Amino acid sequence: MIRAIRFSLCMSFGAVGLFLSGCTTVHPWERAALADYSMRPDRDPLGTAMTEHIYFSREASSGGRGVGGSGCGCN
Amino acid sequence: MSLQNKKIVALFLSLLVLASVAVADVKVGSPFPDLRTFNLEGTLPDTAGRVVLVDFWATWCAPCKASFPAYSAMQKELADRGFTIIGVSVDKKPEEYAAFLKKFAPGFVTVRDGAQKFVATVKVPGMPTCYLIDRKGVLREIHQGFHGDATAKELREKVQKLLEEQP
Repeated sequence: MIRAIRFSLCMSFGAVGLFLSGCTTVHPWERAALADYSMRPDRDPLGTAMTEHIYFSREASSGGRGVGGSGCGCN
Repeated sequence: MSLQNKKIVALFLSLLVLASVAVADVKVGSPFPDLRTFNLEGTLPDTAGRVVLVDFWATWCAPCKASFPAYSAMQKELADRGFTIIGVSVDKKPEEYAAFLKKFAPGFVTVRDGAQKFVATVKVPGMPTCYLIDRKGVLREIHQGFHGDATAKELREKVQKLLEEQP
């Protein structure tokens, strides 16, 4: 009986964890949020320059930040 | 595993299956949902007995913009034969939608699904996606993406084939 209760509790917590987790699927029609200006990593030129400088000082290399696509996932 | 535990597992799995079935999307060969039931912003044309292409687009989607000249040309050429294109914007911001229409002036009817209820019902797999519907209102083709002339040619051939079918 105790094992059954324990098993039920585990399953319940698992289900709650599954449905209330912070992860969610961004549907194709909701990708305006991803294509928004505020999602761009280079929206702050000064911040980007500082990050690049730190990266160069630490790694002795630079670049490699460019990615293809606009963020909307089209095509 | 005891019988009780097996029952709990079965119940859990059943709920998961039901949850996935409850959000089924539209299928080729089935009637396409009636656009008039989704409270779309804009005026819908009369599509009775016509071949209809419903195109889901957005202002933030570059391939959607690229598709507009081809769709406009197709609409102009085939309208007299009973072909109608309806562009459904999924933009939430009406000002962005209005500015886009003013700038690009598509040669076909566009409406806005600001609440995104219609697009969520259809569950488009990507942007842009167009749905080709025959004269009887049955969904015949789903085409995802727009790849320039190749897509335009492919769609034109399919539309002409549907236009040749008797109502």
